[in-house]
Amino acid sequence: MATNIRDDHQTDAVLRTEGLNVYYGNFLALRDIWLDIPKNRVTAFIGPSGCGKSTLLRCYNRLNDLIESFRAEGTIYYYGENLYAPNIDPVEVRRRIGMVFQRPNPFPKSIYENIAFGPRINGFKGNLDELVERSLKQAALWDEVKDKLRQSGLSLSGGQQQRLCIARAIATQPDVILMDEPCSALDPISTLRVEDLLHELKEQYTIVIVTHNMQQASRVSDMTAFFNVQTSEKGGRTGYLVEYDRTENIFQSPQQEATKEYVSGKFG
Amino acid sequence: MPSAFSNQPSNGFTRGSLVRSMTPRSLFSTVMTVLAFVCGILALLPLLAVLTYVLIQGFSSLSPSLFTQLPPPPLVPGGGFGNAILGTVIMVGLGALISIPVGVLAAIYLTEFSSVRVARGVRFATNVLSGVPSIIAGVFAYGIIVATTRTYSAVAGGVALSILMLPIIVRTTDEALQLVSQDLRQASVGLGATNFQTVTQVVLPAAIPAIVTGTTLSIARAAGETAPLLFTALFSQYWPNGLFAPTASLAVLVFNFAISPFKNQQSLAWAASLILVLLVLLTSIIARWATSRKAY
Repeated sequence: MATNIRDDHQTDAVLRTEGLNVYYGNFLALRDIWLDIPKNRVTAFIGPSGCGKSTLLRCYNRLNDLIESFRAEGTIYYYGENLYAPNIDPVEVRRRIGMVFQRPNPFPKSIYENIAFGPRINGFKGNLDELVERSLKQAALWDEVKDKLRQSGLSLSGGQQQRLCIARAIATQPDVILMDEPCSALDPISTLRVEDLLHELKEQYTIVIVTHNMQQASRVSDMTAFFNVQTSEKGGRTGYLVEYDRTENIFQSPQQEATKEYVSGKFG
Repeated sequence: MPSAFSNQPSNGFTRGSLVRSMTPRSLFSTVMTVLAFVCGILALLPLLAVLTYVLIQGFSSLSPSLFTQLPPPPLVPGGGFGNAILGTVIMVGLGALISIPVGVLAAIYLTEFSSVRVARGVRFATNVLSGVPSIIAGVFAYGIIVATTRTYSAVAGGVALSILMLPIIVRTTDEALQLVSQDLRQASVGLGATNFQTVTQVVLPAAIPAIVTGTTLSIARAAGETAPLLFTALFSQYWPNGLFAPTASLAVLVFNFAISPFKNQQSLAWAASLILVLLVLLTSIIARWATSRKAY
């Protein structure tokens, strides 16, 4: 299918996907993906359920390795290094490419320990207190929790827990932050707070966000990739990239018919 | 407008009245509830009966000398079973030392790293092992330890007990680990943790309370086992003389003294039963208290 990449020439690509096919056993989940994620921008993946956006996201930090039947063909270059080369250590990949999940999942540890966990296991030798404070400030959570760092992370509200997870992901000082529908389990106010965060975070990090919410994509992202799903004769659903462009173009002047229909709410 | 109290069969349904009344359906429900309640009480009865009876019979013989003195000869009043208490503690301790590390690590392998087929086989084997009669465990320990070291010993007793403790620990730890949400593992792996770090710093700590419960259960079982100790540790009238000599234990002492024709030994058997029950209870309480923190 035709893809449309009008490059943003001011930034270089952090993650370059070339000819990626993703299989779960014999089932083809994602077909022929070519996509460049630009540095220090927010890129949104939108599309109907089952189109493979989360699958693609999890390919970037090798988290799909946890699934036994997963197989990837093609390449994903991270600053020129093929992430799926046999000599690449997935643990090291995940230290540079962090993830925030759909449901907030803080560890049943104290707030301090939640943030400190990442740096500690990565051998951080500096001032941990200062790193925890800085991460919580960047996640706009410091003021709310600075007096109760020793309390359990689970004692926070849903929106606070998700910001805690964002702070936890930032604490390891990654290059890229992957977010898999981070606001879908949150109320509208918390959602807006997290979206405000993204504007600040992108100055330091590259962000890729999967979202079901088109308004969110148009609010927060610089680039948007629209995925769709194709049903084969045998009933298998394969995802593919329809269009990838700057967010204004996707929402105001999309090139593909399917994109036009999706963003105007005709299906999805 | 149909009245709330009418029984108009409009579409085949006969509606009952909104006001509470004794219909056959609610009568049956009440009877079954009462029956379930009565059965609940009945199920508790054996436990309460045993505890009360042991308490009544053994309480009068309680004294500090039980812990410090050796078993008396027939007809001689006083004495104690300090050697048996020490022996039980030593052998259950040995059993725990073997079965806890092996059991917990096996369960970690089962939940975190094994393939489905291997896991199924191991779990089946564990269940079979838990059904092995305790005397068989004793015979096994006799064959590999007593016969080769040519002596009855606390070590043999400990090994026999560990065989009985192992399946309980594997099963309860396995279940405890499976209860830890996949979300936590993904979060840990997503931060760049190795498998070892994820298991030891995230999964295990989250499962510790349940693991401790399982360990306590297995200790309780082991502390009361008599058959496997009968021909591994045998019995002794004296303080334990190193780990490779016959060793007294509370369970075997109860066995020997309960069937003795002498009153003084019989009342010591009751006291030993009481001490055994209290020791297990104490272990339970300490273990619960030690793992009751919410955050770590």
